[in-house]
This record gives sequence, structure tokens and C-alpha cells, in this order.
Amino acid sequence: MMETAGPFKNITFPTPKQIVYRKAKRHKGFLIGGTILLFIIFMAISAPILAPHDPYEQNLDTRLIVPVWHAEGTWNHILGTDNLGRDYLSRLMYGARISLLIGVAAMLISGVIGTILGVSAGYFGGRVDMIVSAIISIRLALPIMLVALAVVALVGGSLMIVVLVLGLMIWNRFALVMRASTQQLRSMDYVNAAKTSGCSTLRIILTEVMPNILNNLIVVATLEITRAILIEASLSFLGMGVQPPLPSWGLMVNEAKGFMLFSPWMIMIPGTAIFALVISINLLGDGVRDITAPEGR
Amino acid sequence: MLIYIGKRIVMALMVSVVVSFISFMILNLSGDPAIALAGADASPEEIQVIRVQYGLDRPVIVQYIEWIGRALQGNLGVSPYFNMPVKDLIGARIGVTLILGTCAFAFAILLAIPLGVVAAIRPNTWIDRTALTISVFGQALPNFFFGLLMIIFFGVILQWLPISGDDTWKHFIMPAVALGYYASPSLMRLTRTGMLEVLGSDYIRTARAKGLKTFSILFKHALRNAIIPVVSLGFVQFGYMLGGAFIIEYVFAINGIGFLAVQSIQRADLPVVQVIVLLLSVIYVSMTLVADIINAFLDPRIRAN
Amino acid sequence: MSALLEVKGLRVDIPLEAGILHAVRGVDIVVERGKTLALVGESGCGKSLSVLSVMDLLPQKAKWRADKIFFDGKNLNDADTSPMANIRGSKIAMIFQEPMTSLNPCYTIGNQLEEALLTHKQVSRKDARDRAVFLLEKVGITAAASRLRQYPHQLSGGLRQRVMIAMGLMCGPPLLIADEPTTALDVTIQAQILALLAAIQKEFDMGMILITHDLGVVARIADHVNIMYCGQVVESGSAIDLFNNPLHPYTQGLLRCIPIPGKTAPGAHLGSIPGMVPTPIGQQVGCVFQNRCEYVHDPCRSSIVEATRISDGREYNCLLTPEVCRTNMSKGLPK
Repeated sequence: MMETAGPFKNITFPTPKQIVYRKAKRHKGFLIGGTILLFIIFMAISAPILAPHDPYEQNLDTRLIVPVWHAEGTWNHILGTDNLGRDYLSRLMYGARISLLIGVAAMLISGVIGTILGVSAGYFGGRVDMIVSAIISIRLALPIMLVALAVVALVGGSLMIVVLVLGLMIWNRFALVMRASTQQLRSMDYVNAAKTSGCSTLRIILTEVMPNILNNLIVVATLEITRAILIEASLSFLGMGVQPPLPSWGLMVNEAKGFMLFSPWMIMIPGTAIFALVISINLLGDGVRDITAPEGR
Repeated sequence: MLIYIGKRIVMALMVSVVVSFISFMILNLSGDPAIALAGADASPEEIQVIRVQYGLDRPVIVQYIEWIGRALQGNLGVSPYFNMPVKDLIGARIGVTLILGTCAFAFAILLAIPLGVVAAIRPNTWIDRTALTISVFGQALPNFFFGLLMIIFFGVILQWLPISGDDTWKHFIMPAVALGYYASPSLMRLTRTGMLEVLGSDYIRTARAKGLKTFSILFKHALRNAIIPVVSLGFVQFGYMLGGAFIIEYVFAINGIGFLAVQSIQRADLPVVQVIVLLLSVIYVSMTLVADIINAFLDPRIRAN
Repeated sequence: MSALLEVKGLRVDIPLEAGILHAVRGVDIVVERGKTLALVGESGCGKSLSVLSVMDLLPQKAKWRADKIFFDGKNLNDADTSPMANIRGSKIAMIFQEPMTSLNPCYTIGNQLEEALLTHKQVSRKDARDRAVFLLEKVGITAAASRLRQYPHQLSGGLRQRVMIAMGLMCGPPLLIADEPTTALDVTIQAQILALLAAIQKEFDMGMILITHDLGVVARIADHVNIMYCGQVVESGSAIDLFNNPLHPYTQGLLRCIPIPGKTAPGAHLGSIPGMVPTPIGQQVGCVFQNRCEYVHDPCRSSIVEATRISDGREYNCLLTPEVCRTNMSKGLPK
């Protein structure tokens, strides 16, 4: 709390930290997104303990059992079983691990590439900026989903390949945002002050520039995680991403496609899971942006 | 102005050339075209024969120069799977993809711009929240899942619309909605933030100080300025959307170049994939070029320089 | 005859995370016909917000109300629907601080000038254009007819401010509000624009509200002055009386800050006002100037300080008597 001298007895003059906390507590999207995401992360981590069955165990006697909310459902398979008799809930829980792993890993790779490109373009400007801008526009011109699909399909879809391809190809948003934020910062007085006092370039970037674009970095990171998750789901849905028998949610939708007419829940469950995960991360990212934004709009 | 356009065209051409090179490299390094040509059960010796016969044993860069040289003369190669010129394969399918893209784009614009404008005029009201919800859902709903949901609901349960193929205009409704919905959030958000920013600008205050009617303030003064970046983004989105249309074409079994690309990837039919990737890149680059030029016409500050 | 504009008890509240900012608290504004009122104060004292409320041009977040608001004999508080739409532009025109961004970049000067007239009067496009050319020449723009086809970005800041003035005059309004019209301009251009405003005001016999933090400008142009501090008018009076006989310690402090050419010796100590303007969030207790005042004593910290009326239009907000105030000013700073 800050006390101000003078005629105004503003007893509750909150500090910036308190304002952020207050905004966060009131931000519905942030709270909803955070809750859903925590739940999914919890499910992913505790899958080995909580999952009722082995996600890979096939049992042709118990094929296509409907979820428990149907009349014929059974509590033994809360979300039913797929066409090979595998427990759907267990597959769903293990699938969360794949989506989260791919999202975060691909984001980290693309984050490193994009941030290095963007920050150096924004900080050095001139020729470096021109080259980086050219690289970005070339990258944007590639129909990246199709190229990723082709590469993953041709090289062979393992988890590692999917992560690498997504990470190496989808760094454009990081680069663009980091470039713009660094450009803005470069002309700031404290950066110039650091330059005049003889700090090395790397030190200025690490100590003066990076901390100030951290908020933007977090927001872009959330967007990139969801983009990687969505693309992985799409590739797996086409049968050319993560390979069976791994329980990728996109792959589960793909495998359920043939049973769409009679067992639409087989599509609904993994599809909704992807949707919930992506929306929770997006809401969280939007929340961070709103909460840390300076007062005004 | 002419110099500006000229510069942009040169830039676009350069980008296209580099993109064609990079995509050629990526695809050739990922898969071996000789295996596809020879067939899956060919022996290593047979593959080697094919490799020499088609010149695939030479450096990739030489192959690229040959390929792009032929492509510039209109010879896009032959698909080993279909044993047909790639040009004919694509020519027969590009129309469908363009129809789908145009419908989807029209849907995206009609959804995004009015909602974005209304949301900006009435911020923090139910209509703003509705617009926000629509856009948050659009960003999070995988478009193949949205497509399947529509198929289940409108195709299977209600049986209002056909679920696959591209024979009538009815076939295009669900795919266009699924594809366009995915493209609309960014347009809507840009419209909303653009309008909000413009509505808070000094010249809108001037317009209000002049006593202009609300209609004139919103549409003559505000929208005219806010729409400029939206138009640019729209064209870019159109190019981007075509690049991602293959999933929707696959879901709805629409016989466009996207579906062809997916099938060709499955068959390792590289010459076809190669050309489709190049085509989509060129479309995207042309769209950004068109966006730049239209931008210049809409904004007097750029037009003058 | 009644005053052209009479506003009593104007308040502006802006909700913020930290609480409600009472940006303007009980301000009175009176403009006589054909006279110039100057609102003077540091940035953030609420002078712009006050006139923006009169124009009903505040940002949506900010809420304003006034006990009484009369324009040209009409009670604007009484009107059912937004009365300002018809008055804005036609009866009250306003010029802003930022000429660079106050014109719409997408339309020509001519379009924006003509529009100001066409919205309010049934005249032909040609008449509107003729009026625009006439006024552009009046505000000292050469080749006026050809300027109509130009876009704002093709004009300099000074020219744009002249265009803004011409635009304000399109409907021949009885009141012109100029909100720091020269702050963003070069010094030489500033003088030109001020001279132009003064000349135009005389020629068209308009009332004018001039917002500024420059007391030199006030001395030359204003008939009446309101000194504002932290959302309140702390002193008001005719320009001559207020400059010769400043009463409120804040006014006195402001006047001490100005060097007078020929009188202030080189190297002489100029006055300054120590401390910072408080943020008007929360409840006000005591005088608004207490934390910066040289003459603060205990009652200042607890009593409600109200305006003391000396004569018609001459008021000040201080617990000290006019005599004590005058002595203080003549003695100089207590140190």
C-alpha cells in the first residue's frame, strides 16, 4: 500500500502487483482457461496412476462399448471402448501427454529460432533486418501445413519427427512479434544508456531487451503451443502424423471416422478434448495479455 | 506509385523463386522419388536403374534447375502414379478448390467484419462478448473436427446437406463454413481492434466535435480507416486458407488440388506434390502482392509516395 | 443579457483500477459573448476534461455531470435527447492540441471542411466549397482553392491547425473552444496561430475558451481567467485584476515562475512550486493545495475550503484573507 501526502485520503492505493492480482481474479477467461488447463495437465501427469486400463490393451470381446451416459454403458469403461476394445478414457488421458509434449517441445524449438531471428532483426536493423524479413516472407509463402504433412509422411511419422518438423517450420509468429517489440525497445533511453556505458551487445539484449519483451514472448508462446497442437492433430487425423498405436487425439478421431454413423461419440470425445486443451491455453494467453497490459484498453 | 508496385512485383518474384527452390529441396530430401517410381516392391538394383534413367542420381541443385526450367516453359512433369501430365491433373481440380476457397472467404468476411465493427462500437456488451466467444471458438476448434461435427449433425442426424463430394452448390456449404470459420477470428479481431483504435483517435474526436451524425462518424470516418489493414489481411488470409484447404477437402471428399495433394503424399507421388506446393506458394505470394497494391490505393499516405 | 455559456458545478469521474479518479470537482465556467476566457493550469489539472464535457466528447469511460449548464439561454441539462449533436460544430466549434492527427488521413481537406457545413445547413456543395475557400484565405492559407484537393499529410502542422480553425468557423459558431492549440507547434508558428485566433475572435465577434498552460499567452489574449489546479478552479477573475493582484498562493507561485524581460536580472532566482500534484482518488480532506502551499496552516488540512467571492466574477479558494494574500505576494517567498 502506498500512502500519499496531501488532500486525498486514498486509503487503498494498490501497488501494481495488487492491481495485476485483482485483474487476474476478475478475468473470467483467465480463470476458466487456467482451471481447464490445470485439469488436463493433472490428467496427463497422473495417467499411469489414475487411468483405469492399459491404453494399448486390445480386447475384441469388449469392442465399441458406449460411454457410461448411454443406457448400455458401463462404469468399467466410463468413456467406452474403441473398435479394438481399448479403454477410451485411458487413451484420452495418455493422449493428453502427447498433445502437451508436442505443443511445448515444438514451441520451445520454434521459440528459440524465432526469438533469435526476430530479436537480431529488431536490434541490429539495416541489413540483418532485411535478410530476416526476407526469410520470414519466404517462410510465410510456403504452404506450411502441406509441407509439414509431406515431410512427416515421407520421412515417417514418429513423435520426434513431428516435433522437429513443427518446431523447425513454425517460428514465423515468434520472429515477427519479437522483431516488432525489439524495434520499439531499441530506441528507448535505457537501452541507449546501456550502450553508452559500454555494455556488450549480447549483455544488452539479455539484460535490457529480453526482460521487457517477456510478456509478449509468453503470449506468443501460448499461441504457438496451440498451433503446434492443432497441426499435430490435423496431421494425425490424416493418418500421417503420430503413428498407431499411440493414442494421439487426432489419430483417435481418424480411427473413429469409420464409425461416425453409429458411434459419433468416438469422434466427439477426442475432438472435444483437443478443443478444450486449445481453448484453455488460448484463454490463458489472452488473460496474461489483458492482465499485464497497462491501464486503458 | 508505379515504382512502388514495380518493387513489390520484383520482391514477389524473388520470394517465389526462393520458395520454389526450398520446397523442392525439402521434398527431395524427405523422400526418394526413385522408390515411388519403381514401386514399393522393387529391388535396389531396379531402383538404381530408375534413378539413372530419370536423372535422379545427379545433384539436387541440377535437378532443381532442370525442373524449374521446364516448369517455366509450362511443362510441369508427369505423375508416375497416374501416368498423366501433372498440369492436366491439377487443371481438372483447381476450379473446385478456388470455388471452395472463395465461398469460405466470403463466409469469413461476412461473419468477421460486421461482428468486429459492432463489437468495437459496443465494447464490453453482450454482442462484444458473443463476437469474442465466436472468435475464441474459431481459433480453438480444429477444422477437421468442426467439419465432422457438421457432418454428424446436418448430414447424418438432420440429413439437410450432402456429406461428401462436390456435385452441387449444397455440397459446398459445410466445407465453406468449416474452412471460413477458421479464417474469421483473426479478421474479426483486427476489425475490432482497428475500429477501437480509430474510434479513440483524434480525428474521430474532430468529427464528433463537428457534430456529424453517428452514422457518418462510424462508416465514413472510422470504418474507412479501420478497414485498410483488414483488407490486406483478408487477401493474405485467402492465400493462407487455400494452403490449409486440403484438410477440409479430405474430410468432405472434395476433388480439389488439396485432396489430390494428400492422396499424392500417401502415394509418394512427388512430382504432383511438388507442383501443388509451388502453386499454393505462388498464389499466396500473389495475394500478398495484391494486398500491398490495394493497401496503397486505399491509403492516401502510401498512394502519394 | 445572459452569458453565452454558463456551467456550474461540473464534475468528471473516471473509474480506474485504483479507485474512482475525481478528475474535475465542481468547476464553474462562464463565457460572455464576444469575450475570451482562459483556462490555465498544469497538464492533468482537468482543464481539457472540463471543456470536453461541455462538448460531450469525453471518452466513454469518463462520466460527467453539471448542476447547471446553459448555452445561449437554453438549459442543456433539460433536453431529452443528446442536445449536443446539434450544437457541436454549428454553435460551438473546437480546435485541438494535435493538428497532426486531428484531421482524417483518408479524406481531402475540402471534403472535411465542406462536411462541417453540409451537416448543419441546407446549402449546395458549391456554396460549401466557396465558404471553405473564403475561410482558408481568412486563416491565411494561400492558393486556397487548390488546397481543397490535398490530403492532410501533404500539409505542415501549422497549416493543418489553420485548416482546423477554418473548419471550426464553417458554420459561424458563437463560441470557439481552443484546447492548447499551439502546444504541438514550433515557437514561431505558435505566435502566428495565437495572433490569428485573437484576430478571428474579434472579427467574427465570437466567444472563446482558450486552454493553455502559458501565462504569457493569457496576458495577451484573455479577458477573463480561470486558474485550475488538480480538478478545481482555485482562482478566477478578469485578466488585468488577476495578473496585477493574484490572491491564491498557487497563482502567485505560477506568476513567480515567469521571468519578465527587462525586469528579471540575469541569474536571478526564479520561483518554483515544490512538491507534486496529488492524484484525486478517494476523499478530499482540506485544501487541495495544502501539500505544496508556502502558507499552509492547520485549518487548511481539515476545513472544507470553498470559493470566496470578492466581487462579481472575482473568486479565490483560500482560507487566507485577501489582505494577507496581497501582503504575502509583495513580501515574496517566506524563506
